Amino acid sequence: MTSPILELKNVSTAVNQGTAQETQILKQINLQINQGDFITVVGTNGAGKSTLFNVISGLLTVSAGQIFHNGQDITNMSEEQHTQFLSRVFQDPKMGTAPRMTVAENLLLALKRGERRTLRSRHLKNYLPQFKDLAASMNNGLEEHLNTATGALSGGQRQALSFLMAVLKRPDIILLDEHTAALDPHTSEALLQATNQHIQADRLTALMITHQLEDALQYGNRLLVLKDGQVQADFSGSDKAQLTTEQLYDYFAEN
Amino acid sequence: MNLMVSAIGQGLLWALLGLGLYLTFRILNFADMTVEGTFPLGAAVAVTALTHGCSALLATLLAFGAGLVAGLITGLLYTKGKIPSLLAGILVMTAAYSINLRIMGKSNISLLGQKTLFSSKFLQGLPQYFDSVLIGALVILIITVVLIFILQTEWGQAFIATGDNPQMAKSLGIKTDNMIIMGLMISNGLVGVCGALIAQSNGYADINMGIGTIVIALASIIIGEVVFGELTLNQRLVAVTLGSIIYRLLLLAVLQLGFNANDLNLLSSLVLAFCMMLPQLEKHLRLRKTLLKGVQHYD
Repeated sequence: MTSPILELKNVSTAVNQGTAQETQILKQINLQINQGDFITVVGTNGAGKSTLFNVISGLLTVSAGQIFHNGQDITNMSEEQHTQFLSRVFQDPKMGTAPRMTVAENLLLALKRGERRTLRSRHLKNYLPQFKDLAASMNNGLEEHLNTATGALSGGQRQALSFLMAVLKRPDIILLDEHTAALDPHTSEALLQATNQHIQADRLTALMITHQLEDALQYGNRLLVLKDGQVQADFSGSDKAQLTTEQLYDYFAEN
Repeated sequence: MNLMVSAIGQGLLWALLGLGLYLTFRILNFADMTVEGTFPLGAAVAVTALTHGCSALLATLLAFGAGLVAGLITGLLYTKGKIPSLLAGILVMTAAYSINLRIMGKSNISLLGQKTLFSSKFLQGLPQYFDSVLIGALVILIITVVLIFILQTEWGQAFIATGDNPQMAKSLGIKTDNMIIMGLMISNGLVGVCGALIAQSNGYADINMGIGTIVIALASIIIGEVVFGELTLNQRLVAVTLGSIIYRLLLLAVLQLGFNANDLNLLSSLVLAFCMMLPQLEKHLRLRKTLLKGVQHYD
C-alpha cells in the first residue's frame, strides 16, 4: 500500500506558547490525505480550519506532532520549501496576485513556483498561447486581459487568476481557503464549478474550507468537520453521499 | 546656455540617485532613509581612495561596494532584526555619519590636483560642463540598460512581485527577505556611485553633502511620474532620469528668479511638495480641463 500524500500525526499547535495566555488551536490532529482526495472542510469560526492550513503550508510551526509528505517528515520545513509541492488560494482576491503586474506576468511567476529564480530572461512571449488557453478555461473573459494589470480586474477574475496560479504548476496538494467567500453568488458558483473541473480533470489532491454547507456536500469525496481544534467527523464515500445539509447543520448544533 | 548645460549635466549625474531610490521606494515599497548616509559614504570612500593614489575607476567601484554594505546592514536590520523599515534606514544613515568622518578623517577633503573621472584630456577638451553631460549620460545609459535587463529576468520579476505583494511572493516560494536585502544593496550601491561621481564633479567631499538627498531622489521620481504619466516599467526608469534633469532646470529657473542659493533645500522641498500635490490640485481645480480648454478651438 502506498503512503498517503500527506499525513498529520498527533499535530498540535498553540499561540502565546510558554505564557499564561497559551491557547491550543489544534489538538492532536490525526489525518491521512490520499492522492486524488478532494476534501471539503467545515467548522465554526475559531474551530481551527485556517490554522490547519497554516500548519500544512508551513506558515505556522507545530508545538507537537509530525507532518509527512509522501512519507517524508516535513514538520520543520520552511514555508518556501513547502511551495515546491503545495499551493494555496486565499479568501481575499487581493492576496493571491501582484496588482501592478499583468495577468501573464503573474502566471509566469506561478509557473516557477518553488523554483530558484535566476538571471535568465523570462521569455514571457513564449508562454502567452499556453496562458491564453488556460485563462479561457475559466469562462470569465480572463483570456482577453493577459496584458492587463491584475489590480484592474474584477474580484471574480482576480480570484480565478489566483486559482489558475495555484494549479498552473501541478501541486501535490492545493489548499483552497474559502476562495469564493468574497465573491457574489453567481461568480462564486462559476468559480467553484471551474475549480471542481480542474481538480477532477487533473486528479489533484485538494482541501477546501467553506462555510456553505451545500457546497461542502456537493463537492469533493470527503468532508471534515472541525471543532475546537479537533477533527469532529470525517465523512467519505457513501457516508458523505448520504449526508444532508440538515444532518450536517444538526451536527454543528449538537456538537 | 552654459547654465542650462550645467543643469543637464547635474541632472544626469544625480539621476543615479533617483534610479537607486526607485528600486526601493517604488518597486520594493520601502522608504529607505539609508541613502542620506550612503550618498556621502560613496563620496567619502571615493575621495579618500583618490587621495591615497587609487585610480578614479577603482575609487568609484569602492564607493559602490561601500553602498552595497550599507544596504546590506539596513536589509539585515529590517528582515532579521525586525526593525521597521524607516527606523532601520535612519539608524544606518546616522551611523554612516560617524563612519564617513572616520573614513575622511576630517569634515571636508578637496580633490585639487587629483586625477578623477573628469580629468581625462578628452573631457577637458570639451566645452564647459559637457564633461558632466557625457559622463552622466554614459553612466545612466549603462545602469538603465542593466536595470531593464535585470528586471525582465526571472529574478527581476520575483523582485518586483516581492514589492507588489510580499505574501503572494512568499506563497510562490520567493525568498522575500533575500529579495529585500539584495534590492537595498543594489539601490545603495548605485547611490554610493552617485556620491562618488558628484564628489569628483564638484572636486571635494563634504560630511554634510548627504543632507536633502532623499528629497532630490524623490523629486526625480515624482517629477518623472507627474510629467510623463502612465508608463511601462522600462519607460519609468528613463522617466526618472528625465525627471532629474527637469528638477535641475526648475531649480535653475528658481535661482534665476533671484532666490538665495542658501535656500536651495527649502526650494527643493517646495518644488517636490508642489509636484506631489499636483494630482490633488488637478482634481480640485480641474486643471486639466482648464488647460485643455485653452487649446480647444471654438467654432
